[in-house]
Amino acid sequence: MNRFKDTGHLLRFAFLFVIAFVAFLIIRHFVVPKSFGEYGHYRGAAIGEIAALPIHFAGHQTCETCHADILATKAPGKHANVNCEACHGPLAKHADDPSITPPKLDTAVLCIRCHAASAAKPKGFPQVDADQHAGGVPCETCHQPHSPAIQTGGTK
Amino acid sequence: MLPAAAIAWKYVLAGTPEESPNYTMSDHWWSMLIDIPKCIGCGNCVRACALENDVPEGHFRTWVERYHVTDYDMVNPQVISPDGGKEGFPSVPEDAGKYFFVPKLCNHCADSPCTQVCPVGATFISPDGVVLIDQTYCLGCAYCVQACPYGCRYIHPEKKVADKCTLCYHRITKGLTTACCESCPTGARQLCDLKDPNDPIHAFLKTHHVQVLKPQMATGAKVFYNELDGSVR
Repeated sequence: MNRFKDTGHLLRFAFLFVIAFVAFLIIRHFVVPKSFGEYGHYRGAAIGEIAALPIHFAGHQTCETCHADILATKAPGKHANVNCEACHGPLAKHADDPSITPPKLDTAVLCIRCHAASAAKPKGFPQVDADQHAGGVPCETCHQPHSPAIQTGGTK
Repeated sequence: MLPAAAIAWKYVLAGTPEESPNYTMSDHWWSMLIDIPKCIGCGNCVRACALENDVPEGHFRTWVERYHVTDYDMVNPQVISPDGGKEGFPSVPEDAGKYFFVPKLCNHCADSPCTQVCPVGATFISPDGVVLIDQTYCLGCAYCVQACPYGCRYIHPEKKVADKCTLCYHRITKGLTTACCESCPTGARQLCDLKDPNDPIHAFLKTHHVQVLKPQMATGAKVFYNELDGSVR
């Protein structure tokens, strides 16, 4: 047993090591977020936090619960599958509180955004040179934006 | 779709969207379809994304590129994307060559290079297949910005942490589609759920010539491009 008589320095080192390990476990317990590792090497609660971010575009399903008449107007026309907020902009606040009125739209900007003639656009897509086509007359004089085909009089 | 969105909407209006029920992560595997022949380059998606997600000026979670390929010169396409295509593109007269628009966004890769390089576990693939960032955990080291082969990440100029497309995770978990898909007037962008057997994406993938960006990098990209031209980088 003689050879173990000078082991004091080793025991002191082992004791320090144990203390450091326990301290590590205690600090880790407080520092690592509770949900870390729930699904993988990341904080699981982050998924819920991202999912809880505020919504700005209400979605056409929400619009249609009140504006069924517009839905009916759109249905037969070329704009049937253009969602409300594609032109009207984000209106979740309006859906939340209908007293908040949506901003007035400017067809001179909106129609041209999609329908300005350009050789870069798909060939089948209806395009016009605004100046030649209407000469400054507002688009909605002839085309109702919700169902843009000209209904009576005039030619296509 | 309608009942799910309608049920969730109650909670959204009440200011407690996180309590909206009927969403199980393991039931979904999100992806997106980009139908190139339908894209008109109006920039609606870019504007909608910026409004929905408070994207800082000059940075983009989604953007649109316009390619111009002259004759047979496939390796040198002229690509423009003025302000990410936010305000559309300049008109071109009838001209030689081929033009088309390519909307880009995070590809939500199944084997994403960006999540593999994060040293702290701040970015990850959620159980429903969306690449997300825990911005409270991110150090802003920008390894992921360099790792993304598609250039879809940036360092947020104010928060100083990585930022990117979340596939509108706050919307798709409530039965809504993404802001870009919602505002796309031609249906060129479609949110798809690969785990939903009734999703039209399955029939579409079988019957169309669909490609992902940089397939040679084996990232498992889940943004599918219909009729993607070979000149697209």
